[in-house]
Amino acid sequence: MRNAPAVALDDVTVAFRLGDGAAYTVIERARLTVDDGEFVAIVGPTGCGKSTLLNVVAGLLSPAAGRVVIYGEPLAALNRRAGYLFQSDALFPWKTALENVAIGLETAGTPAREARARALEWLKRVGLGTFGDRYPHVLSGGQRKRVGLAQVLIRDPRILLMDEPFGPLDAQTRQIMGNLLLDLWGADRKAVLFVTHDLEEAIALSDRVVIMSAGPAARIIGDWRVPLARPRDIAEVKLDPAFHALHRDIWHRLKAEVVKGYAQVEGV
Amino acid sequence: MPRAQLLVLQVLVAVMAIGAWHLFSSYRIFGVVVLPPFFFSTPLDVARQVVAWFATGVIWKHLWVTLWESILAFVLGSIGGAGVGFWFARRPRVAAVFDPYVKMINALPRVVLAPIFTLWLGLGIWSKVALGVTLVFFIVFFNVYQGVKEVSPAVLANARMLGMNERQLMRHVYWPSALSWMFSSLHTSVGFAVVGAVVGEYLGSAAGLGYLIQQAEGVFDVAGVFAGMFVLAAFVVVIDAFVSLAEKRLLVWRPTAGEGKP
Repeated sequence: MRNAPAVALDDVTVAFRLGDGAAYTVIERARLTVDDGEFVAIVGPTGCGKSTLLNVVAGLLSPAAGRVVIYGEPLAALNRRAGYLFQSDALFPWKTALENVAIGLETAGTPAREARARALEWLKRVGLGTFGDRYPHVLSGGQRKRVGLAQVLIRDPRILLMDEPFGPLDAQTRQIMGNLLLDLWGADRKAVLFVTHDLEEAIALSDRVVIMSAGPAARIIGDWRVPLARPRDIAEVKLDPAFHALHRDIWHRLKAEVVKGYAQVEGV
Repeated sequence: MPRAQLLVLQVLVAVMAIGAWHLFSSYRIFGVVVLPPFFFSTPLDVARQVVAWFATGVIWKHLWVTLWESILAFVLGSIGGAGVGFWFARRPRVAAVFDPYVKMINALPRVVLAPIFTLWLGLGIWSKVALGVTLVFFIVFFNVYQGVKEVSPAVLANARMLGMNERQLMRHVYWPSALSWMFSSLHTSVGFAVVGAVVGEYLGSAAGLGYLIQQAEGVFDVAGVFAGMFVLAAFVVVIDAFVSLAEKRLLVWRPTAGEGKP
């Protein structure tokens, strides 16, 4: 199926069973399609189930109801076409940067020698060519994210899932990482689902911004197309009037949800 | 503190302690010997005894026996503990069934097992090895169990997304994590292996440092007891230095490998 969307969520509901037996609905009837090569950002208040949604697309979590369809095929197990860059540190601490990047190829049966050579290429591509023999604990937060990015991209997934990947980084590093991501993505345009709570980052990076309501039973409540030309530079694109207009639009809708979300978190 | 200064101070502590011991055991102070040599011996007698052991060479046989028992206890206990720890961690149902028995055996003071081991395995090295194994086993077992259980969920999810099958998960995720926990308890488990060997020897044997101490004690040879203790202490310090070396090499990837340890 050539024209099938990369990801299609068909009324997906996710629920957990709580300790007392009651069901807790995290996401309710989410409907979303991501086309092949499309960069979609998901924005929502804290605790609304954005990460849960990514886990469902990754196949790490199965929905209570609804279907996940990947390139026209219903997802039954782990999503083999997806690469996942996690929010928290997910590098293997006992492997060097090079080994961390190479492992994704080695598991697929690539001979170790070739895997290492290609891993080194990828490390160079993310600007860490000379850091191959370092262990994750001596790398900075930004460097670890670069290694993580190389680790995921070396497997050349058609779908890239990213869960607030630049969340813990400082503002400058985020900008640099954003541009690096756009560069790498521009090379072969994978379908991207990028979760963030930062609306500016979402608009600057993506083709479409999707808004989720505050949880529980979060829904998708808005879908905006980003009318900014590519290639973009994250810092410059934020000066574009179209950027501001869109930001105002989306923020107007998002604000109410953010307030609701905080009220729940704080128990007000 | 600079290294040299630290070393001087450390040596000073030994000099002061031994000096005081010498003073109070060899000279009368206001007409009394504070530390009667019959009970406390004297540093010179102890030193003479140690030198005699090394000069005649009798000590080597005993050191060798104790070392060999410790190594066997450590290796066998580690293999058993790691294997069972791994098995229990990956099969929660098995762990749940055996849980009360594991707790029971671990709560048992291992010294009471020594006579039984002697009965079963004789007076040779194996009864001491068995005692050491029961000590080492549980330390390694609990650490490996914990290591497999405490793999970060993010790392695990990442490994699965990177296409690892069950066998690769074992090799690249569970095993390194378990090993790191095991190595972090290396000092304790090696120490316990030595304890098992020496206590076993003390309770009944024909060779080893524990035997040497027990023999001296039997004839009220306090100098012999102290000399045995000094040799034992030096023995443990040397082994511990090797463990530190191994640890530094094996845990290079850890933020604080080998630091902050007493």
